[in-house]
Amino acid sequence: MELVVADLAVSRGGLPLLDALSFTLGAGKALVLRGPNGSGKTTLLRTVAGLQPALRGTISCPPDQMAYGAHADGLKSTLTVAENLRFWASIHGRSGVRPAMAAMNLSDLAGRQAQNLSAGQKRRLALARLMVTGRWLWVLDEPTVSLDAASVGLFADVVRVHLAAGGAALLATHIDLGLPEATVLDLTPFKAAIPAGEGFDDAFTGAFDEAFL
Amino acid sequence: MIALLNRDLRLAFRAGGGFGLGLGFFLILAVLVPLGVGPDQTTLGLIAPGILWVGALLACLLSLDRLFALDFEDGSLDLLATSPIPLEGVVATKALAHWLTTCLPLALAAPVLGILLNLPGPAYGALIASLLIGTPALSIIGAFGAALTVGLKRGGLLLSLLVLPLYVPTLVFGAQTVTRAAQGLDQTTPLLLLGGITAGAVALLPFAAAFALRVNLR
Repeated sequence: MELVVADLAVSRGGLPLLDALSFTLGAGKALVLRGPNGSGKTTLLRTVAGLQPALRGTISCPPDQMAYGAHADGLKSTLTVAENLRFWASIHGRSGVRPAMAAMNLSDLAGRQAQNLSAGQKRRLALARLMVTGRWLWVLDEPTVSLDAASVGLFADVVRVHLAAGGAALLATHIDLGLPEATVLDLTPFKAAIPAGEGFDDAFTGAFDEAFL
Repeated sequence: MIALLNRDLRLAFRAGGGFGLGLGFFLILAVLVPLGVGPDQTTLGLIAPGILWVGALLACLLSLDRLFALDFEDGSLDLLATSPIPLEGVVATKALAHWLTTCLPLALAAPVLGILLNLPGPAYGALIASLLIGTPALSIIGAFGAALTVGLKRGGLLLSLLVLPLYVPTLVFGAQTVTRAAQGLDQTTPLLLLGGITAGAVALLPFAAAFALRVNLR
């Protein structure tokens, strides 16, 4: 199994962000995306996840083998930790959420409603969700937001186990995950040229943030 | 999909889930109308079918804006879109959950409220039947409207404006069924047309709603 991205261009709000991006991600490998705010990391991940169409280029990934982890945790606040996990497990046709809870140190919180969790605990639950999907490729957007150092370590261990089992991970992050084996891909060289006549002031063309104005 | 249905039902019954909101609204409306119209039993009996159907329709509308908006806000809609369940299935399942938690209680409570409005005796069976047959169309049309407005902040009002005109055929034939039954006439034709609208909406609108969701998730 392999994720192959070839000559990909992505856009947000009609403005091209990345162009001519190609990479390959094989089994047991992790790829960390780096780049300043607004450089298109989230847009690239959403495109790989199939949530938005690519401007150009191809993404080939085995069907139904991708689990997406977004900025938002995707938790229901009135369901308990175990109920949230069990829901996602059964959506993916799987059962057994105990190993995932144990791996992210959530076993003691199993019966607590998600609305009573701290931000870091919610994040750990969102990451435990990845484990119950049983998917081969993890596409993660800033997975370590609001995690403390110990939890980042837990997460790195979980990713390492996933990779050792033949999985793959595509992550966008600003901090060091403690995954020395991961390849780092800097997105800055792939920044798309701003099309002429788009009406942007020259003074702003150096900034990435214009896509969000 | 059963897992999704289970989750939506469970969420509806937990705190803040909105179960009973539509039912309460329906109840209050049916109590307010006799107070406004006056105690004349003939007048009430004449307008009862229309009032009950309009009330059910508006009560059904109340909880529609939460259908996808909550999942969109907390990010679960993105995750559902990347899950093995097709988005069409997600739409149909969530519409079914909406029907079970909102419209089914309305259909079951309607005869009780019919007494308040002095609905003529022969119309009670037709009232339940028309609501059971007609309200699935309300849920699925509403799901389509909710899918169209999912990315918008405060899209609830726009949703009502979009959805209410589409409710007109269901309302016309639903109220007609009950009126004809109240007058002792044959109500087969409006009931069949009501069923036809529901069948058509259930068959086609999940696809349209899933398409709208995909566009809104971009």
